[in-house]
Amino acid sequence: MTTFRNAVFLAALAGLVAGLVLALLQTFTTVPLILQAETFESAAPVADHHHEPGTPAHDHVVLTEDAHSHDGWMPADGFERFAFTLGANVVSGIGFALLLVTLSEASGGIASWRQGLLWGLGGFAAFTLAPGLGLPPELPGMPAADLLARQVWWLGTVAATGAGLWLLALARSPLASLAGVALLVAPHVVGAPQPVSHETAVPAGLHHDFVVAVTVTNLLFWLVLGAAAGALRPRFDMGVAPAALEGRAA
Amino acid sequence: MTTTTVAHTSTSSTGRRVQLGLAALLGFFIVGFTGLSQVEAVHNAAHDYRHSLGFPCH
Repeated sequence: MTTFRNAVFLAALAGLVAGLVLALLQTFTTVPLILQAETFESAAPVADHHHEPGTPAHDHVVLTEDAHSHDGWMPADGFERFAFTLGANVVSGIGFALLLVTLSEASGGIASWRQGLLWGLGGFAAFTLAPGLGLPPELPGMPAADLLARQVWWLGTVAATGAGLWLLALARSPLASLAGVALLVAPHVVGAPQPVSHETAVPAGLHHDFVVAVTVTNLLFWLVLGAAAGALRPRFDMGVAPAALEGRAA
Repeated sequence: MTTTTVAHTSTSSTGRRVQLGLAALLGFFIVGFTGLSQVEAVHNAAHDYRHSLGFPCH
């Protein structure tokens, strides 16, 4: 189990570094916007909201649930909330790193930190860019379609985009390249589940800032993750020399 | 001797794939748990993280 152990160690280190960077970036970018949106959410004029006769009804119960009627335990605002956000970032950073490391090892491994940047760009495209086109990052209090349907589309889009990029970058035949393009486009032809109405108390400008903040911070996360994995890899015996990839890609 | 070496190489290569597959599965479950789990307490704990990563939330 040397390969498994070394892949986990490598991913843990790279994921820790990238997760800490992301949590730090979020503290100054996305989290203040989330807190700002929550003030609109609690002031959401659901009760004053009247329908003109003939307009399609939308489900107010869903809207209210949207508005964070969180049941059960939740971290207290302030340090506790930050600590859980930090923890989630580091843990999931290691999870993303495991996917990045294992997929890159399956094609020979990341040769350098510079090549790691390209792997990171791939992760960013699959996990942030492609799902974000159909389901732009949401602020609290914004209406959205059924959660499970969105999660299914999100996962399918990540998988299809990842597989599509893999075929474009690593497969040799023209048919595989064509299949790669089709996989990149397919999730957007299917289309993401959308809410009945996009009406929300959250200002459009705030949401715009949030989408930009999420996209740029995740870009930086993936670049750091890829570069760290590439830079740290020589310290671990991964069983295969990365030259194999360079030879094939040349 | 040659046969032994070839057999050994092919076994360790298969073993490597299996180990990488296990590690990938672990990564998948970690990302799924922090980002997609519908357990209320997990959602609340990872709330700001999920919004900040563009996961479908609520």
